Amino acid sequence: MSETITFTIDGVEVKGKAGQTIMQAADGAGIYIPRLCYLEGCEPFASCRVCTVIVNGRPQAACTQPIAPGIVVENNTPEVTQIRKDIIEMMFVEGNHFCPVCDKSGNCELQAIAYRLGILVPKFPYLFPVRELDASHPYIFIDQNRCILCGRCVQASRDIDGKHVFDFVGRGPEKKIRVNAAARLADTDLDITDKACDVCPVGAILKKGVGYAVPIGQRLYDKQPIGSDIEANANK
Amino acid sequence: MAKNLKQIIENICARYQNDRTRMMDIVRAVQEQFGGVSPEAIDLIAQSTDAHRVEVESVVSFYAFLSQKPKGKVIIRLCNDVVDQMKGVQAVARAFSEELGIGFGETTPDSWYTLEWAPCIGMCDQAPAALINDVMVTNLTTDKAKEIVRALKLNPNPPILSTRYGLGDGNNANALVQSMVQNNVKKTGEVLLCDVPADAGLRKAIQKTPEEVIAEVEASKLRGRGGAGFPTGLKWKFTRGSKGPEKFILCNADEGEPGTFKDRVLLTERAHLVFEGMTIGGYAIGATTGILYLRGEYAYLRPFLEDILQKRRAANLLGNNILGKDGFHFDIRIQMGAGAYICGEETSLISSCEGLRGDPKNRPPFPPQQGYLRKPTSVNNVETFAAVARILDKGAAWFAAIGSGKSTGTKLLSISGDCKNPGVYEYPFGVQVRTLLQDVGAENTQALLIGGPSGQFIGAESFDKTICYDDLATGGAIVIFNKDRNMIKIAQEYMEFFVEESCGYCTPCRVGNVLIDKCLQKILAGQGEPSDIEYLQNLGNTVKKGSRCGLGQTSPNPALTTIKNFRAVYDAVLKPAQDGMQPTFDLKAAVSDAEALAGRHSVIH
Repeated sequence: MSETITFTIDGVEVKGKAGQTIMQAADGAGIYIPRLCYLEGCEPFASCRVCTVIVNGRPQAACTQPIAPGIVVENNTPEVTQIRKDIIEMMFVEGNHFCPVCDKSGNCELQAIAYRLGILVPKFPYLFPVRELDASHPYIFIDQNRCILCGRCVQASRDIDGKHVFDFVGRGPEKKIRVNAAARLADTDLDITDKACDVCPVGAILKKGVGYAVPIGQRLYDKQPIGSDIEANANK
Repeated sequence: MAKNLKQIIENICARYQNDRTRMMDIVRAVQEQFGGVSPEAIDLIAQSTDAHRVEVESVVSFYAFLSQKPKGKVIIRLCNDVVDQMKGVQAVARAFSEELGIGFGETTPDSWYTLEWAPCIGMCDQAPAALINDVMVTNLTTDKAKEIVRALKLNPNPPILSTRYGLGDGNNANALVQSMVQNNVKKTGEVLLCDVPADAGLRKAIQKTPEEVIAEVEASKLRGRGGAGFPTGLKWKFTRGSKGPEKFILCNADEGEPGTFKDRVLLTERAHLVFEGMTIGGYAIGATTGILYLRGEYAYLRPFLEDILQKRRAANLLGNNILGKDGFHFDIRIQMGAGAYICGEETSLISSCEGLRGDPKNRPPFPPQQGYLRKPTSVNNVETFAAVARILDKGAAWFAAIGSGKSTGTKLLSISGDCKNPGVYEYPFGVQVRTLLQDVGAENTQALLIGGPSGQFIGAESFDKTICYDDLATGGAIVIFNKDRNMIKIAQEYMEFFVEESCGYCTPCRVGNVLIDKCLQKILAGQGEPSDIEYLQNLGNTVKKGSRCGLGQTSPNPALTTIKNFRAVYDAVLKPAQDGMQPTFDLKAAVSDAEALAGRHSVIH
C-alpha cells in the first residue's frame, strides 16, 4: 500500500497517494481542475497552463506538481479563475475559432471550458492569424486555424502510436504544428485508427465523412458541463 | 550536386557519431557549409541520425541562426537592442541597407549578402554593433557601415574588418580572437577582475574531499550569479546526493539578457578561472564531463577557448587523474548555441545540449535530480564558476567577509545606456545605486533598468537602494536612461524582444506578451485609455503566474514596473475619449470599404 497524503483544495480535505500529482488526487476526490493539454496515458505536457493552481501561495501547474502533506491548494478562487479565463481567451484570440461553423462545436473542450468559466466574449483583441489547412489525407484533415498548440497529437502519435506524425516548428507566436513529411499530411504514415486522430481537444484535427453525425444540441457538452464526469467521483 | 550533398551531410553526421543528441552541432555545420539547412538536407540528416524529419525541422526552425532558406555567404546581423536604438542604430541600418541595396531580412540577388536584425548581441557598451558571420563590429556609424560594405565587396572575408579598425585590448588582440571588441573593464575588484593565481583553487580543492569542497562553497554563502540567486553549495549538494553513476557540470555561457556582457569579459580575460571552477564543480559533484554552453553570438571566442582547453589537457588540469589525483577524471566540451535567448534558462539550455529545440522542461524533476540526458546535472553561471575557484583558493571566510549581509562576494555589473563610461564594473554587493551612477558618469538620469528587462525599472526614489539579493537583485545587466527617453517606448521595445524570444511552448507567454506589446503600441499611437493600466496589470499578472518558466514569469516586467514607478508618464498620455467612443475604433475607416462599394458617403456626426 502506498502512503496516503492529506492536503486541502479550497479548504476541503483531500487524500491522495504518494507520487500523485495535484490533478490526479483532485480527480480522485471529485474536484474538477480544468485542463486542455493533459492526455491520459502520457507524461503531462503542461503547455496550456489552464490547470494553474496556487500552492502555498505559488502558482503551479496541477498536472505536474506532486502532492505533499499539508499543502494548501487554491483552485476555485477568483484569482485562479481570472488567470484561467485569461488563458482561454488568449487561445480564442490567437487562432480563428468560429464555433457556429465548426464540426467540433458541442464536443469542443475549449468551448466547453469557456462556457463553464462564463466567458462571453474575449476582452483581448483578435489577432486574426493566417493559418494553413491541409485536407490532403483521405480520412483526416487539419485546420490550423483552430489549433491551440496543446501538443496532444504530438504526444499521442509519438508515445501511444509509436510514430512521429506531428511535431512543433517555429517559436513564439510563429510556433505551429507540422507533419512528418516535406509538405502534406497525406505523405505521412498517419492511419485513421491512430490515437493521434482522436485526441484533439478542439476542431483542428477532424475525421472526414462523419461531420454533423450528431446534431448540435445533442452533443457531449450540450448535455452537461465539462468536468461533470470528474465531479461525479465525489460521491463515490 | 545532389550526390555531393548526401556525401557531405553523411560526413558531418559521422563526425558526431550519427548521434542525434549532437543535433545542434550537426545542423550548425550544415548551415555553415551550405548557407542553410534545406528540406533535402533535413531528410538526409534524419536518415543518418535515425530521427524523424519533422524532429530535425523542429530544431532548425527554432534557432535564429539556422534557416531552411539559404542565406548569403556573408550575413550581417545588426543588433536592434534598446541601447543600440539609443545610440542611433536606425541610421546605421539605413546605411547598410542603401549600400547593399536590400532591406532587412533580405539577401542580395547574387546570394552574397544577407542583412538581418538581431536581438542583444552582448555589445551594449560599444553599441551600435553588428555580427558579420562570426566577426563582431562595434561602435558603428553610418560612415563605418558604408565603409564595411565596400571593404567586404572588395574582399568578402569578414575577419579583415577586425584588423582594419584596430584590435581590442587584452586577449581581444590574441591571435585566436583577433577582435575589435574592447573589454571596457572600468572597475576592478578583489575577487574576479584582479590578478588571480593560476589554478590555486583547484590545487587546494583536490586536497579536500568533495564533501569538504561543497561545505566550503556553502560556507561562503555564494549564490548563483545568473540572476536567480540559488545557493551554489546547496545545488551541488543536491546533485552530488542524487543517485546515478554519471553526472554533469554545465556552464551557462548563454548570457542573453539585453544589456548584459560581463560573461564576455570573463571568458576573454578569465577563461582559465572559469574552467578551473568547472573542474572543481566536477570534483565536488562527481561528474566526469562538463559542457560550456556558449551563445552563438560569442563564436568569435571559440577557437581561443578550445585552445585553452587543449592547454589545460596538456597540463593535466583536465583529463584523467587530474593533477595526480587518483580517480579524478574530468573533461570539458564546448556546445555552441544558435541564437535563442531562452537557452539561458537552465532547462532550455539542457534541451539544447541534448540536440533539441530550446524548450524548457517541466519541473519537477529539477536538473540536480534529472538534467542533461536525464542524469543529475548542475547548471551554473560563468561568474559563479569563476567565484568558486577563488573561494577554494582564498577560503570561504575571506569571500563571506566581502559584500553585505546575505549577499557575499562581489558582482560584475554590465552597465550601459546614457552614461559616459559604459563597461564592466566589479563591486562588492551592497553598492548604492547613487554610487554607481556617479562612477559611470550618468547625468540627468530618469530611470535604471536593473537586471535587464526581466528585472525592473527604477526611478530616482530608489537611488538610495543597494545592489544585493535582498534589495535590488540582478544578474548584472544595468541600463541607464536619461530624462529625454520615453519610458513607454522603451518598455514596448523590450516587450517586442520577449515576443521574439518566447519559445511558444505555453499559452500565457506565447500569446500574453504579444497582447502586452500591442497595448503599449496602442498607447504610443495616442489611442490609450485610462483603463489600459488595469488591463495591462491584470494581463501581466496572468502571464507571470501562468507561465511555465522564468521567461514568462518575468517578461511582463517592462510594462508592469514602468507602470509602477513611472505612472506619471502613462497618466500624461492616457486620456478618456471625449465622445465616449473607444479611441481605437475609427468609425470613418470602418465604413470606408462599404462606402466605396455603395458609391455613397455616410454622414458621420
